[in-house]
Amino acid sequence: MNEILEILSHSARITPEEIAKLTGQSVTAVKNAVKKYEKEGVIVQYKTVINKELLEDTHPLVRALIEVSITPQKDVGFDYIAERIYSFPEVKSCYLVSGTYDLLVEVEGENIQTVSNFIASKLSPMSNVRGTATHFLLKKYKEDGHILKKGKEKQRLNISY
Amino acid sequence: MEVSQKVEQLKPSGIRLFFDLVLNMKDVISLGVGEPDFVTPWHIREKAIFSLEQGYTSYTSNKGMIELRRMICHHLQKRHGLEYDPEEETLITVGVSEGLDLAVRAILNPGDKVLVPDPSYVSYPAVVELAGGKVVLLKTDIHNGFKFSAKEIDKVCAKGAKALMINYPCNPTGASYTRKELLEIARVAERRDLIVISDEVYDELTYDFDHTPLSSLPGMKKRVIYLNGFSKAFAMTGFRLGWACGPAKVIAAMTKIHQYTMLCASITSQMAALEALRGNNHDVLDMKKEYMRRRRFVVSRLNEIGLDCHMPQGAFYVFPSIKKFSKNSVEFATDLLKKKNVALVPGVAFGSTTEGYVRISYASSYENLKEAMLRIESYLKQ
Repeated sequence: MNEILEILSHSARITPEEIAKLTGQSVTAVKNAVKKYEKEGVIVQYKTVINKELLEDTHPLVRALIEVSITPQKDVGFDYIAERIYSFPEVKSCYLVSGTYDLLVEVEGENIQTVSNFIASKLSPMSNVRGTATHFLLKKYKEDGHILKKGKEKQRLNISY
Repeated sequence: MEVSQKVEQLKPSGIRLFFDLVLNMKDVISLGVGEPDFVTPWHIREKAIFSLEQGYTSYTSNKGMIELRRMICHHLQKRHGLEYDPEEETLITVGVSEGLDLAVRAILNPGDKVLVPDPSYVSYPAVVELAGGKVVLLKTDIHNGFKFSAKEIDKVCAKGAKALMINYPCNPTGASYTRKELLEIARVAERRDLIVISDEVYDELTYDFDHTPLSSLPGMKKRVIYLNGFSKAFAMTGFRLGWACGPAKVIAAMTKIHQYTMLCASITSQMAALEALRGNNHDVLDMKKEYMRRRRFVVSRLNEIGLDCHMPQGAFYVFPSIKKFSKNSVEFATDLLKKKNVALVPGVAFGSTTEGYVRISYASSYENLKEAMLRIESYLKQ
């Protein structure tokens, strides 16, 4: 991956000036590259990773991973039905996978009821969906490379030769 | 109780008080650390745990596990084209620190002169003096990028010297030598019949050119004691594990001392090291990439705020001059620590010619480095 993208993928808040210093490029070159990536859709969004389990005041949302088996359609394969599924805002991610089922869909809802209702009333009845298997998430340990546990303080001495 | 005169005469680390001050302070942003800020990669730690579960808790052979020695030699062959025999020419040491001590003790007779770069890692002059040798300093400064030249070695050698100690990339300056520069040094070493103790523990952190081991140069294998270890390349400082490669005779001599003083390196560390070399080097490359960025950032910021600083070619240190602001690096560091809670290491710790410099380690998170540079900037402006 390009160095600018690599830096941004770890820290979305970093400024073009800082990236310039880290990579040894000019600020203008960095700005132009970022603009180009945004335009091309390479950079989709700048996000913050939040560990919601640590938020006490909000009602925690429920997530489920759903294995969906599908009968592909002539000419459009899985894409047509995938689009119908991922267009629901409840669907947080959607992947076509190899193996015993076809789509792996991640769904988020207020509680188990709302997620179940979504599956029962929206997902399962779709004409090409042959079946679903739902796994509710109980605990998140790691997400997108981030370990969701406050790290212990580093053990290094503050000064050494 | 009386202690030996030799130890008594050893220079006490002049900045012990400063170190104590730093160690007792809370919430310090430290740029004074001489080890990576990465934790040992998980696959290596996991292997160490597994070896304990399996009951690997015994001594190993004095020279270290033969599997590990074979693996190291294989690694050196693949990485640098070096040919060392795992049976006769390789010794596993407790870090490069022990390797340095063993090498010096194995070759010196009382009064033998050893060329030691100035500045150098703190233990260099000490191990020479403890072994009864005489330190001859090879001075370097910011104008030559803290490197000594073959010519200077030659000049100093006119008065006779037995060995040269070299460390590249260098702690504390980050300086390193290109193949061409090393070839010149090798030529002088041959002409002056010097044994060279080459500490290359930072070799994987070389940024602007490929690292060339001194012993890979023509004619050098027979006069080089090559020292390296796992601390920096695999972020394994606490495992205390290194190796020495050299002519069979000198390795046998070093092993003799090692067997009486250390017996062997810890088996847990040796098992972990096996795993380190077995794995791919993605962790190493990622770490290097990260350090390269931080190096650019720190050098550019330091020059911006008025601390003249050369671009080091390796390790994770920069060695800026503070002469515009202070004559005394301990005073400078102490004042900066007290006023801005930023810790760095005064240059005098590393030699006589480096008063007026400080060592800054960029083995610290980008956020820390950014904040530290702001604090130093505001300190210098007041």
